[in-house]
Amino acid sequence: MTDQPTLEKTQLLDAFSRMRTIREFEDRIHVKNQAGEVPGFIHLSAGQEASAVGICMHLTEDDHITSTHRGHGHSIAKGCDVVAMMDEIYAKRSGLCGGKGGSMHMADLSKGMIGANGIVGAGVPLAAGAALKSHVLGLDRVAVAFFGDGAVNEGATLETMNLAKVLNLPLIFAMEDNGYGEATPSSYAIAGDVVERAAGFDLQTYQVDGHDFFAVYATAGKAIADARAGKGPAFLHISLSRYYGHFEGDAASYRPEGEVASVKSERDCLMLFRQHAVAGGQVTDAELDEVESQVIARLDDAIEHAIAAAPPVEKDLLTDVYVAY
Amino acid sequence: MPQKSFRVAINEALDGEMSRDPTVFLIGEDIAGGTGGEGEEDAWGGVMGVTKGLLGKYGAKRVIDTPISEMSYIGAAVGAAATGMRPVAELMFCDFAGCCFDQLMNQAAKLRYMLGGQAKVPLVVRMQCGGGFNAAAQHSQTLHALFTHIPGLKVVMPSNPHDAKGLLVEAIRDDDPVMFMEHKYMYDDKGEVPDEQYAIPLGIANYTRDGEDVTICALGRMVNLCNQAADELAGEGIGCTVIDLRSTSPLDEESILESVEETGRLVVVDEGYPRCGFAADVAALAATSAFGSLKAPVQTVTPPHTTIPFAPVLEALYIPDVDRIKQAVAATLA
Repeated sequence: MTDQPTLEKTQLLDAFSRMRTIREFEDRIHVKNQAGEVPGFIHLSAGQEASAVGICMHLTEDDHITSTHRGHGHSIAKGCDVVAMMDEIYAKRSGLCGGKGGSMHMADLSKGMIGANGIVGAGVPLAAGAALKSHVLGLDRVAVAFFGDGAVNEGATLETMNLAKVLNLPLIFAMEDNGYGEATPSSYAIAGDVVERAAGFDLQTYQVDGHDFFAVYATAGKAIADARAGKGPAFLHISLSRYYGHFEGDAASYRPEGEVASVKSERDCLMLFRQHAVAGGQVTDAELDEVESQVIARLDDAIEHAIAAAPPVEKDLLTDVYVAY
Repeated sequence: MPQKSFRVAINEALDGEMSRDPTVFLIGEDIAGGTGGEGEEDAWGGVMGVTKGLLGKYGAKRVIDTPISEMSYIGAAVGAAATGMRPVAELMFCDFAGCCFDQLMNQAAKLRYMLGGQAKVPLVVRMQCGGGFNAAAQHSQTLHALFTHIPGLKVVMPSNPHDAKGLLVEAIRDDDPVMFMEHKYMYDDKGEVPDEQYAIPLGIANYTRDGEDVTICALGRMVNLCNQAADELAGEGIGCTVIDLRSTSPLDEESILESVEETGRLVVVDEGYPRCGFAADVAALAATSAFGSLKAPVQTVTPPHTTIPFAPVLEALYIPDVDRIKQAVAATLA
């Protein structure tokens, strides 16, 4: 475990709240999807919370992120409202995207969340665009592109690594390696060493255990501070695990038996956070339990709200295609 | 009024908007042409010299040479637009859309809708189109129909220097992504271009010839061929109205239908592929919305449904010409 000297008690509680909210959000959707209440394609990020939160804790609303098809966690970590998110998952008019985007397009530009994305790797150049804004206007904002081990073989990602270095953009490449691009192991799909690959673009590279919030927080803090100071792009390789299948309904039979169970019992990011934070003496189990109760109550409310909310209406079909046409 | 080339007209539009709005910046391959080298840093000003001189005026942070890497820099332009900038990206040739189509089709076009109206993407992608230089199959296409097919994109194709400046100014100020197509054969064409900035609204067609017998619709360089055909036919006593549509999305359907209702005859001339193409689209509009006015079948003048050939003799057969336009007009009168 890495030391966490820079984290105040309120930050620890905030981090735990965000991570626990993601877990609760995903677990609820898993159940509701199985009950047939949730339409569309759903990709859950339970197990990966420490990466999203450990990075986004360093960002303000003026910094931008892009995400992936597995984007609920990044959205929550970046400050998106869970009630509006749940409404969106339930395809309601009051949803974060008016019920027109759904799980794969969760976004809130007012929070600096440019969007989940249905196209693997496509968010990476978009994040470079947010970093480019900072470059052109001389701002000290940074952008983070979250992507998975599948996206690291997409041309969009590799081209953007080169572009970001050539233009010295304040861009963080946050590769969340959960071991599987859909059903295919990253050990099969990635030729060579992916960190060396990023180093080949002369990016500053880091490797971090994505189950360990404090390690992610410390590593991301350095990379983000450097980018903010004009020292250019960095690549974070974050090893972690997803608890559910690629999509909801995936039996994940490509994974060895017991793989998820052993991570859950030994390396679960919420469990490790609690152990470490309580051992550090800054927070107590009771305080974390209190946060947990609040999160559960908030998700109860979110589900109730989403079920009761009204769906989009026919005229919504044709709005927002253009600003003006 | 000063005579200026199509190239200069576009440069003036960019210059004026960059000086007016600090969020406007240019990004693309060789748009300075020499950044980071030991020779002239503004050596090319774009492969056709359109952006020449802007590097010296606005610096390398607003005239950004990129690696040859369309997916990343077009995508970055989309991301910059979604976060408050007004990028003008140069794609060099519209054929290269193949290298970045996801960012155009799935990102730029859809962000606003997918995000429930939160986003606006005030992006312009400038690109060359068209044949005539024996540049063969991958540097000669006119792919406006491909872009027009996608809801969320606007598509503009000017036919003369005056319109090029005014339409580009409008495209930059527009809050939606605009594919701005410049016919490569026209950069040296000259015309009257005012010195001041002016904007021509998108979706408003321009009548370049008036006649009572036949309506001819076209865009870009084809408009000039239609004008020539109309002038020659006028000498034979056939009156043609030529409508320069200026943009395919938005499309000035009203002007097309109004004219067809007057003449009863329609010829659509287009340099794009015929199948599911722009000419077919306009013909369908007339068939569905002005059928009762039609006195003859609609004629389309397009290339054949084939790849653009290299050999000059074949390319000349490929691209619509004045004779084929005149024959099509005659067919509506037969």
